[in-house]
Amino acid sequence: MKSQFDPRKNYEASKKAVGYIPRKNATQQTYNDIGFMSGLEVHQQLKTKHKLFCSCPAGIYHHHSKYDAEVIRHMRPTLSELGEYDGTALMEFKTRKNIVYRLKNETTCTYEVDDTPPFPLDREALEYAIEISLLSKLNIVGEVHITRKQYLDGSIPTGFQRTGIIGVEGEIYIKDRPIRLIQLSLEEDSCREISDIGHVRIYNTDRLGMPLIETVTYPDMKNPDEVMEACNYIRFLNRSTGKVRTGIGAGRQDVNVSCAGGTRVEIKGVAHTRWIPELTHVEVFRQWALLKIRDRLKGLIPIPENWKINFEYLDFDAFELNWEPLKIAKETGQKLIAINLPYFKGILSHFTQPNQIFANEISDRLKVIACLEKPNILHSEQFKPIIKAEDFEIIASILKAKEQDAQIVIWGHEEDMKTALETIEERCKMALLGVPNETRKSLENGATIFERVLPGADRMYPDTDSAPIPLEDNYIDELRKRLPDEVMSRYHQLKEWKIPEDTYIYILKRNLFPVIKRIILELKLNPTFVGTFFGHTLKHVEGQFNCPVEFNYEIIYALFKYLTLQKINVEIARKMLTEIYEHPKMDFESVLTSINFKPYNKEKILSNLIFLKEKFHSIRWGKNESDETNWILGQLRPVALGNITFSELKADIENPNKPSTKTSL
Amino acid sequence: MSEDIFQGYKGKALETLKQYNVRVWGQAMINTSRGVFNGTILPRSENDDDLHIVMKIPTGYNVGIDIRNIIEMKETGYKKANYKIPEKEFPQRPGLPKVKLIGTGGTIASRLDYRTGAVIPAFSPGELYGAVPELADICNLTTEKVFAVFSENMGPEQYKKLAIAIGKEIENGVDGIVIGHGTDTLHHTAAALTYMVQNPPVPIVLVGSQRSSDRPSSDAALNLMHATTAAGHGDIAEVMVCMFGPTSDEYGLLHRGTRVRKMHSSYRSTFRTIGDTPLATVTRKGVVPIKTEYNHRRKDRNVTILPYFEEKVSIVYYYPNMQPDIIDSLVDNGYKGIIIAGTGLGHVNKAIYPAIERAASKGVHIYMTVQTLWGYVHMFVYDTGRDLMAKGIVPAANMLPEAAYIKLGWVLGQTNDPEKVREMMLTPINDETTSREPYNGYLIYQGGVKEIEDFIRKVHK
Repeated sequence: MKSQFDPRKNYEASKKAVGYIPRKNATQQTYNDIGFMSGLEVHQQLKTKHKLFCSCPAGIYHHHSKYDAEVIRHMRPTLSELGEYDGTALMEFKTRKNIVYRLKNETTCTYEVDDTPPFPLDREALEYAIEISLLSKLNIVGEVHITRKQYLDGSIPTGFQRTGIIGVEGEIYIKDRPIRLIQLSLEEDSCREISDIGHVRIYNTDRLGMPLIETVTYPDMKNPDEVMEACNYIRFLNRSTGKVRTGIGAGRQDVNVSCAGGTRVEIKGVAHTRWIPELTHVEVFRQWALLKIRDRLKGLIPIPENWKINFEYLDFDAFELNWEPLKIAKETGQKLIAINLPYFKGILSHFTQPNQIFANEISDRLKVIACLEKPNILHSEQFKPIIKAEDFEIIASILKAKEQDAQIVIWGHEEDMKTALETIEERCKMALLGVPNETRKSLENGATIFERVLPGADRMYPDTDSAPIPLEDNYIDELRKRLPDEVMSRYHQLKEWKIPEDTYIYILKRNLFPVIKRIILELKLNPTFVGTFFGHTLKHVEGQFNCPVEFNYEIIYALFKYLTLQKINVEIARKMLTEIYEHPKMDFESVLTSINFKPYNKEKILSNLIFLKEKFHSIRWGKNESDETNWILGQLRPVALGNITFSELKADIENPNKPSTKTSL
Repeated sequence: MSEDIFQGYKGKALETLKQYNVRVWGQAMINTSRGVFNGTILPRSENDDDLHIVMKIPTGYNVGIDIRNIIEMKETGYKKANYKIPEKEFPQRPGLPKVKLIGTGGTIASRLDYRTGAVIPAFSPGELYGAVPELADICNLTTEKVFAVFSENMGPEQYKKLAIAIGKEIENGVDGIVIGHGTDTLHHTAAALTYMVQNPPVPIVLVGSQRSSDRPSSDAALNLMHATTAAGHGDIAEVMVCMFGPTSDEYGLLHRGTRVRKMHSSYRSTFRTIGDTPLATVTRKGVVPIKTEYNHRRKDRNVTILPYFEEKVSIVYYYPNMQPDIIDSLVDNGYKGIIIAGTGLGHVNKAIYPAIERAASKGVHIYMTVQTLWGYVHMFVYDTGRDLMAKGIVPAANMLPEAAYIKLGWVLGQTNDPEKVREMMLTPINDETTSREPYNGYLIYQGGVKEIEDFIRKVHK
């Protein structure tokens, strides 16, 4: 009766119906057609000495096995100041997690574990946050109010994050237009998660409480690449102050995505900006797919509220169980439940993301909300069935299922089953309505998985432990005076200097602009050469060689200054760089010695020219006219390096009788 | 009504709101020299300055606007917040014990107050149930708000009212009583009730919370569950304090009302039994006694209520160079009893001897306790102590200063006869003095020591 259905074919067909194409084949039209919309929340740690609300040192991390004590907490939802429960709060409460915090005396005090009220806000952090807000053209508030933003996942032991808005309504720029900013807030960083298995989630508290800013944009980006560009801009801008932390985890972003008719979905904690395009591309199509699912179900189920699952407990012994997870379930006294999803045939194996089907959406939620570790479901539309088709027919009859229905089997401890069944029904009902509001975790391959229900403004609550902090005009004016050049003006300046664009990210990310500017203006070197020296040569050397200490980019200024004073041609710097990078303490003269540099004048270098020409004719390889010049250039290059430029050398080889006009570098 | 629409605003900020005709809870657009701000105007805390207007922006955050920067302001809508926990009637289930929850105020039952910006005691115990539905699995709960005051405003009047209310409940046949109370003076009330409510047949459990119930990580819910478990199911029929054992959400401790003290200004595990072990541990599964001797639950409804208190009693915390006028002024102001928290074994300096003699000669009852909190007063060890006793100071053994203060007030509320007072003071009602101090009654570990560090890595503090 159910014989002809092939889940894999259904997946492929639905993928086609959704119109999914890989990103490399997508154009602006692709995104316009499905109404791509995206905004960003860019988080950046500030380089302060202390944490935001206590005197613990900021920026010291421990391995999670190194801890002095543990504290256990549970989180309960509370009402927001506007009198509403937050959806996320209720979901997290359902999961009933034991939250374990590991603390190290060196980095965690009684504040972080919520046994002491907050100390006054760190002024250093406030200053940095205002500076970055000014650079982002935000309207600075008259008074900072600390707000509690509830997080019931346990990532903060208080159950909320203390956050204050510094500015609202700003602007940044991408290639062709401005992107509007909603706000910038100063907040305390959360714990680092160590593990989350079953009902126990473990956190490390070293990062907890570090000052962090969050820049939030409007959903103004119209394609995946623009999202990355805007993100890069914000990150460059933050770094341009020199007052933010760098390194793994110091900058993270949440990306909000929706399609036309979809819902704002937040992809949390994207560690690298280069992941953004693929993630947003896949997400916008996931939403598009969910809308297709909704449309398909709409015809079958006219009144969504009336749709419901039915389920039956199964006897483990009624089936032949060779699959390890089910064997373990049976041995540990777990329950086995079969669930019927009316009208869901063809939906469970419906495309949602590349190599993901709707059944994954259910499985992901079961893991998070009902604490069922994966694999946590078997269903009637698996590509590689674990439960045999005959057995599913028996199950279907137990459930009194109809031909158009789909079936799921779950197992777990009795106390988790109620939440599990509610979760399945809830997710399926959401499919009848479209795209659920949720936050999703990013995976490197561009896919995402459910993390939690998207929290709303209902989770905000004024912090009764902190007094408001007034920001007077004269204080802000003082800070304004200190602002560095803006990223955008740096961008423009780099362009004006004709420095190739592929170097910008590297230069701006590492805040190399100030040193480049000094080299160009003070030493009067060719801007393109200086730009590529950093953006190509240095980048290559950094990738290939090891520097024993943190490399100080000021050395490069000193190097060029030295070469200029010594009247040595700066092209030799490229050859010197590897030595300098590996031995930053070595003086430049020794570096020159070690690369066998000897000063020669031009006459000396060119004195062998006639001999070389004769030699070339005797070996005579190649047929082109330029071959002779190139071969001779190659022969003379080692001695010429640092003494004359290659362009000069080339001109002299080609026209030995006409002394070349000196081209400056 | 007219004040209500500008809740908490005063001075210049109030004038500004009036000038532009914008109300609290009004949605407004404010144009300032720093740009435009949109949002809902919120009430302002009364103690904050009059130079800022508070507004909730659409993302849910609050910001302040400096009125000196305002160019224009316009109300575009109005939406008043309705802050209410769903108040549900408590389900009654056959077979569960009857527990009475008496509300007094304090952080266990509190919500945000916009006027002061602080947390005020305003949840009715009924609303509290709406927030902690698990209570229905533990007992059949009825609630009554006797009064609503902050812990620090609790005093003799409230002790007496509570004692009488407890007597009434016992008479009515409850299986246990829980008293929600702010934590600051929880141990004073616990001591007072121990003296005023003697030989109760059911548990009387005082409970509070160190983190208000408006916070997700509040200890209020678990404390309430522990307290109702102890009151409804526990066998210990005494006046007890029920608060967190460790700072972790693991188990509560039941402390005898006369030996307990708040020992940290903010920790969850702030209440400790001093000079003895706690009575028991409590989890949602039940009470596990630590002490073997305690008053067991009884079926009868007999209890002695002694609601007396003399308010002219003081506690003097001795410090080096204390001058005699401190004691003199108490005597001159008609104080009838003084508890001294002396140094070491119970000492004060020679300079105040004359003042003590004067006080004693005027019939003031003076008792000595120790500010070390742990240990006994030993006034025979040094001459100083013997001198003091000769001048009329009575050593109060290992009574905690607060427990002694409450007791002296309670005793003097009943008699002024020195011998009678002395007898009542030194005859323990429930361990306010003990005949021995167990070896494990004094455990203050010091961090950094290897074996302690090993211990707290494994065992939650």
